[in-house]
Amino acid sequence: MERDKTINERKGLAVNKDEIVIHIKGLKKSFGSKRVLKNINLDVHRGEDVVILGRSGTGKSVTIQCIIGMLIPDGGELTVFGSEVIEMDERELKELRTKIGFLFQSSALYDSMTVRENLEFPLTRILRIKDQREIDKRVKEALDGVDLADAIDKMPSDLSGGMRKRVGLARTLIVNPEIMLYDEPTAGLDPVTSREISELILQMQKKYKTTSIIITHDMECVSITADRVVVMDDGQYIAEGSFDEIKKSKNEIVRSFFKPML
Amino acid sequence: MEEPALPVWKKWLEGSGDQVIFLKGFFRNMFRGGFEWSEFVRQCYEIGYKSFTLVGITSFIMGLVLALQLRPTLVSFWAESMLPRTLAISIVREIGPVITALICAGKIASGIGAELGSMKVTQQIDAMDVSGANPMQYLVVTRILAATFMVPLLTLLGDVLGLIGGFLAINLTGKISSLLYFHKCINSLTFTDLLPAFIKTIFFGFVIGFIGCYKGYNSNRGTESVGLSANSAVVAASLWIFVIDAIVVQISNIFLYQ
Repeated sequence: MERDKTINERKGLAVNKDEIVIHIKGLKKSFGSKRVLKNINLDVHRGEDVVILGRSGTGKSVTIQCIIGMLIPDGGELTVFGSEVIEMDERELKELRTKIGFLFQSSALYDSMTVRENLEFPLTRILRIKDQREIDKRVKEALDGVDLADAIDKMPSDLSGGMRKRVGLARTLIVNPEIMLYDEPTAGLDPVTSREISELILQMQKKYKTTSIIITHDMECVSITADRVVVMDDGQYIAEGSFDEIKKSKNEIVRSFFKPML
Repeated sequence: MEEPALPVWKKWLEGSGDQVIFLKGFFRNMFRGGFEWSEFVRQCYEIGYKSFTLVGITSFIMGLVLALQLRPTLVSFWAESMLPRTLAISIVREIGPVITALICAGKIASGIGAELGSMKVTQQIDAMDVSGANPMQYLVVTRILAATFMVPLLTLLGDVLGLIGGFLAINLTGKISSLLYFHKCINSLTFTDLLPAFIKTIFFGFVIGFIGCYKGYNSNRGTESVGLSANSAVVAASLWIFVIDAIVVQISNIFLYQ
């Protein structure tokens, strides 16, 4: 509890326990005969940062891909802001996606565009901002936020892995999404850069007041960003709680995540 | 447990169905508001201007070689004066459009296939999609329209340079003034030579853009699939060029030449 308080104080936000922004109940998803999600239940409250922890291939990314409508679940309930994602038509889904940011593991920067053009893209296509001064101001602000103002005219191929993550984060947050989904934000980075990215995620969550789901198996990232940790294995949740509660878990799979830290 | 592999005919039908859905998506997004003009112009530059040299050189050499090959045969029939006319008709009606289209299939379809394929593999298309932007409109509509627009222009350029190549070849072995040569070339061409040739280049351009986009947009995960997308785009586009050519020639024969 003490730790939760510290995180919320650091974030400068309180989790609103009365408002559920993402509600998942009995979610199922299979690819052919392989059942990836067996029975997922999760409620995410406004302002909360939930980390989904689990080994590779346990269905973590599939869960967030279902939330944003990239994948259609086979069964169960999945509501975002009270609307059922499965029943949304193309227009409703597009509308929903403007409220959700998704940071890909690979950052997914558009490699034929400069950093500036990458950041302008969502402003002109999603927010439909026409005023170039407003666009320039927002781009500058977003890049200042991730401490990469100097990289504005660089191509993604000229950036390091950590810089690409920062630009990816800036591009996602530039439209002020209400929910952020992070797919392994620190994967492939050295420990120092990983820590910087985790701190940056926390900072950005404070600045933009987002609700987040973070998929990771980087325990330092979990310790820095999580209000609540959910551990997944074989398509279902096996443990849930604060970082400290999870750390004390007797479950062998959960304990195995902490072994490198102990 | 592994899924049983689909029989070839079912795979083919599935692929054809996917292409029809993709085509429908293209037309739906083309007429939706917010056309990406700047990306369309950029693609015209990428597709048209950057293929200019390759198409130009190839067409010039084709015209030159064709004239050198035709000349001995025509000379043996005492029909050397028919050379400009023969060259003009064969280049404008058939060789120009088909050679240009095949070069474009190799350069443009593979380029689009590889570019969109690598965007798919690195999740750039997914990133556009989940951000609420429209990747079909930004990536696919612009590229298909740019190819449809630029291939006829490249063909026109190829035709002109092919005829210039022919002129050079004739002057290597004999002598003809440029005025007489081009006068003979232009006089031998009629509207019925130009129209079907022009129409088929529009279809060639469309099919090159469409196949490139379809293969790239639907490539699988993994770097190997980028190469496969590029490769299959060239093969499929080249085949379609011959199919379209055969159909247009048949239709023109029925309606224009008989």
